[in-house]
Amino acid sequence: MSAADQAVRAPRVGASAPRPDGGPKAQGRFAFSSDLVADGMLWGHTVRSPHARARIVSVDTTAARALVGVHAVLTSLDVPGRPTFGLEFADQPVLAADEVRYQGEAVAVVAAVDAETARRAAEAVRVEYELIDPLTDAEAAIIAAPIHPDGNVVRHLVIRHGDPVPDDPTLDGLVSVEGTYTVGMQDQAPLGTEAGLALPADDGGVDLFVSTQWLHVDRDQVAASLGLAPDLVRLTLGGVGGAFGAREDCSLQIHLCLLALATGRPVKMVYDRTESFVGHVHRHPAVMTYRHWAHPDGTIERVDARLVLDGGAYASSSAAVIANAACFAAGPYRVPHAIIDGWVVRTNNPPCGAMRGFGAVQTCFAHEAQMDLLAEALGMDPVQLRLHNALEPGDQILTGQVITGTAPVAEVIRTCAEAPLHDDTDNDNGAGVYALPGGAGRTTDRGDVRRGTALAVGFKNLMFSEGFDDFSTARVRIENGLVTVTCACAEVGQGFVTLAQQIVRETLGVDQVALAPADTSIGSAGSTSASRQTWMSGGAVLAASEAVRARIADAAGTDDIDAPEFVEALRFGTWDELVEHHHAPTVALDANGQGNAHVSFAFAAHRATVDVDVELGLVKLVDLVTSQDVGRQLNPLQLLGQLEGGTVQGVGLALMEEIVVVDGRVMNASFTDYLIPTIADVCDLRVAAIIEQPEPGAPFGAKGVGEAPTIPSTAAVVAAVRAATGLALPRTPVRPSDIALGERS
Amino acid sequence: MSGVDPVLGYALEVNGTRRHVTGSWLGESLLDVLRDRLGLSGAKGACEQGECGSCSVLVDGELVCSCLVLAAATVGSKILTVESFGQPGELSDVQQAFVDCGAVQCGFCTPGLIVTVHDLLDDDPDPDESAIREALAGNLCRCTGYGRIIDAVNQVSIRRRGDAAVTP
Repeated sequence: MSAADQAVRAPRVGASAPRPDGGPKAQGRFAFSSDLVADGMLWGHTVRSPHARARIVSVDTTAARALVGVHAVLTSLDVPGRPTFGLEFADQPVLAADEVRYQGEAVAVVAAVDAETARRAAEAVRVEYELIDPLTDAEAAIIAAPIHPDGNVVRHLVIRHGDPVPDDPTLDGLVSVEGTYTVGMQDQAPLGTEAGLALPADDGGVDLFVSTQWLHVDRDQVAASLGLAPDLVRLTLGGVGGAFGAREDCSLQIHLCLLALATGRPVKMVYDRTESFVGHVHRHPAVMTYRHWAHPDGTIERVDARLVLDGGAYASSSAAVIANAACFAAGPYRVPHAIIDGWVVRTNNPPCGAMRGFGAVQTCFAHEAQMDLLAEALGMDPVQLRLHNALEPGDQILTGQVITGTAPVAEVIRTCAEAPLHDDTDNDNGAGVYALPGGAGRTTDRGDVRRGTALAVGFKNLMFSEGFDDFSTARVRIENGLVTVTCACAEVGQGFVTLAQQIVRETLGVDQVALAPADTSIGSAGSTSASRQTWMSGGAVLAASEAVRARIADAAGTDDIDAPEFVEALRFGTWDELVEHHHAPTVALDANGQGNAHVSFAFAAHRATVDVDVELGLVKLVDLVTSQDVGRQLNPLQLLGQLEGGTVQGVGLALMEEIVVVDGRVMNASFTDYLIPTIADVCDLRVAAIIEQPEPGAPFGAKGVGEAPTIPSTAAVVAAVRAATGLALPRTPVRPSDIALGERS
Repeated sequence: MSGVDPVLGYALEVNGTRRHVTGSWLGESLLDVLRDRLGLSGAKGACEQGECGSCSVLVDGELVCSCLVLAAATVGSKILTVESFGQPGELSDVQQAFVDCGAVQCGFCTPGLIVTVHDLLDDDPDPDESAIREALAGNLCRCTGYGRIIDAVNQVSIRRRGDAAVTP
């Protein structure tokens, strides 16, 4: 290949290829699910419970049906198939029949000629409730009378690691610290709300265009509740306006298909922001009590923890969330002995499930606060304490699983800690008072500002664990020289579409790679979650490309993708390979929470520097530094986007993001009252190091990178506020009153 | 409101074209009219209360959240939406910089940001970082953490100044 050819070659693996949907998105011409329309389309709307817990006495749809323009009003009596749905357990009513268990639970759905008529029809549905006192305390729920036929405890997982003797007298001589830590309920707050369009089909089935993270698991739930064979329910990905876990469960999928089949018309539904806040699951609030013991040299001997996560009214993915919280409860450190007592329970609070970091975020906030306390008690530097105990390949995690892949924990800590501190000489950037904690409000007196810097480390598993048969399916077809990739992987913004093109270019030496729509005409790609699609669907696309390459090589007599014979055979032949790609099998945890339940792990560190107005309780982020273990960079620009975006979501949980729930009712279901970081709230993220140690078994050695940045960022920012103020701050998000009125530790 | 007839509807000047609006109720937002009645789905609805900037458009050169503006109140005004920047397949300099710099992930906030950044750079061709942060503080993005967005704005600013330097 000549130098000129090299210059115009489309970017392959390792290059910062631009995303193929970038242009249409920047022009406003990309079709998100909320942009879809169809001839004769109706609009749907959902009737939701205003109460956290109540018995449904009656549902009267007469007035709603009588409105001009209303085509359908459906209640639980109109669900032809399975009356419930759910990601892991089908425990949530499609439409509530006898009882509502959280504020916002769906009771009825309507379809009408336009959105406004649908909204008014929903208001006209008369539901008579008999109120019941809601159960809203997760700790109390463990022994309280059940609020659901399946009981209140969704999962109780105990990890007993090493030889954790109760009240072990040999621990008496060690240094010990303890604390109780609380994490508030965070919302994923994707900018695109839930939206979809369902079209009835001539064969009695239905076609659904929807923004989701996992087409096939939606398909199966829709089919079950419609009482249809799965092949009569066809899902296509509508453009997805962000996800972060909010779209792993069904929201409007089943409702839309019910309405389309009942009316015989296409039906569209778009949640507004307020409805979105009650229309999807959230990050589990957690209360976590810890005790650490360490030898005088800093070597950790034992960690005990009790974790109580509030799952809200229905199970969603709670069972997997508590598993992550428990398995990674001690952080990326060698811990010979541990007892982790993990609970996730039902309450009448909003249901909780997947959000970026998935259980590891909560426990990272706790274990990193403990590490700082331990360093203080030992009189040790907190970074040295972390380095002294850092996991290495060959070490066991709390489940007894030996890390056989890469684990550059010390490297991420060291590089992050060694990054030069923020240089204040170029801090202001002409911003003056704007750079102070009070910002544009000009409320901060410089004399009240204290600075703090702190570091945190975290980790979690990649892909699905505990014996789940996790796979993705991809097809690579070449016809008339045109390469087309088909994969049901949900592109939610993370950039799988870019990586798929890069992988095919790398493997087959082509420049143009078309991507077929993601839909259920092919096998499942699994969920776009758990930092899994680069490995799983990237791996499937790689395997399908390699299968095609092998076939072409046979025909061409050469495996050299740049050889004229190979290029010729590729261009003039028809090649078609479909591959199902599984990751290495895992096993369930045993009765002691032990076992090789996970495939691979990713590690990250953050160092935060903050200025705090200690009088007003305001925090200004001054500097954020990160190092991350990525295996190998496939697209440096997209990687940077994941690091920056994930970090800022962690910052949000540290300083502002919390769904305030009082007696089971959400008090701040809007972007006026639920704050996510703006561009004025954050600072640049400095990347100290991208640690590239290829992971065995991963495509090109690349680990998933999406979740790790969200894990230690919260812990680092709150620790920096502690360092600035001397306050204990055992709760996140840190509120101004926690600082201004807080007690010194 | 002059030029607004509840039955016959009204006309809006959108992206240089006169567009007739019928069937709209008088309280309908400009965002809903653009999206649902004129088929211009570039402006996005994400908060319905002027907090997120996803629905940003220009009305007589003024940057507004179209979810907060009554459509009927814009009769006689010149409305520019994201669709007015660049041509299909031919990106404006701001759009191209967003793609090149990695400022687009899910893309839901992107149209609003494109309108806002065009507005910023038309007013202030050389904004410093704090001016960028202040101008974009009304546009929420949940994916990017904003770093690549600042990069994109800087790139356009530098390129435009470079172009200006060689233009007599």
